[in-house]
Amino acid sequence: MPDLTISREIVIEAPVDVVWRTITEPGQMSQWFADRVDLVIEPGAHGYMQFGDQGGPVVVEAVDPPARFSFRWNHPLGEEPAVGNSMLVEFTLTPEGDERTRLRVTESGHELRDWPDAEKQRYADEHSGGWIEFTDRLATLLSKRQPE
Amino acid sequence: MTTQIDDELWSAIADPSRRQVLDLIVSNGAVSASWLAGRVPVSRQAVSKHLAVLERAGLISRRKQGREVLYQVDAGRLDQAARSMAELAAQWDRRLAAIKRIAEAAHAQNKRRERHDEHADGR
Repeated sequence: MPDLTISREIVIEAPVDVVWRTITEPGQMSQWFADRVDLVIEPGAHGYMQFGDQGGPVVVEAVDPPARFSFRWNHPLGEEPAVGNSMLVEFTLTPEGDERTRLRVTESGHELRDWPDAEKQRYADEHSGGWIEFTDRLATLLSKRQPE
Repeated sequence: MTTQIDDELWSAIADPSRRQVLDLIVSNGAVSASWLAGRVPVSRQAVSKHLAVLERAGLISRRKQGREVLYQVDAGRLDQAARSMAELAAQWDRRLAAIKRIAEAAHAQNKRRERHDEHADGR
């Protein structure tokens, strides 16, 4: 996993298929995500999400019920999303018994935008420590140093 | 999309050797390019390039001291970078919490319906 990935998770007291429907049915997505979700949940499908007066295109990447759902967004208008010009959002669902599901979301791609390929590869090879850790550490260092 | 990400800031910090350079400046205060070059495993030329990118992103600034040029961190800008990352993470936490609420409510409703059906069958 490359650096600069946001990764969050939560445990939900509901079966995995219920969680799956919550995150993939456009009618339900609009309750927790965008104000308007215009999207067909199948690999390669192009859609649109509206957030208030902002919005943007979304392209579905993986649909693997009830375990994995991913899409790309934040790519420039008029461009096909790919590694390097977009963010990948990936949901992973893991059942923990019949009525409990662990849901993880990762958002990655921040680190890869507009980088030469060689640099991306080097970056992937060299990755160490998470971004959050890095910024936490910097924040600590900064707080120790009084302004000059 | 919902949080405006500053591309220049991102790409400035995303590179590991640039982060190392930035880290050294944060820990040591105002330093020169040659001081830095002695402490990172990249060429002096690469250090200059990294410094230029960091400076363009506003993360560091330079000042002249005698014949030397010293680089120092811009704490406000760095704080802004940390905050925008934390805000993205918080945004996902809010979404996950909403998913949890909706899924658990749907599950509770399904269970009530099942119980109701069982009850109806039993009669």
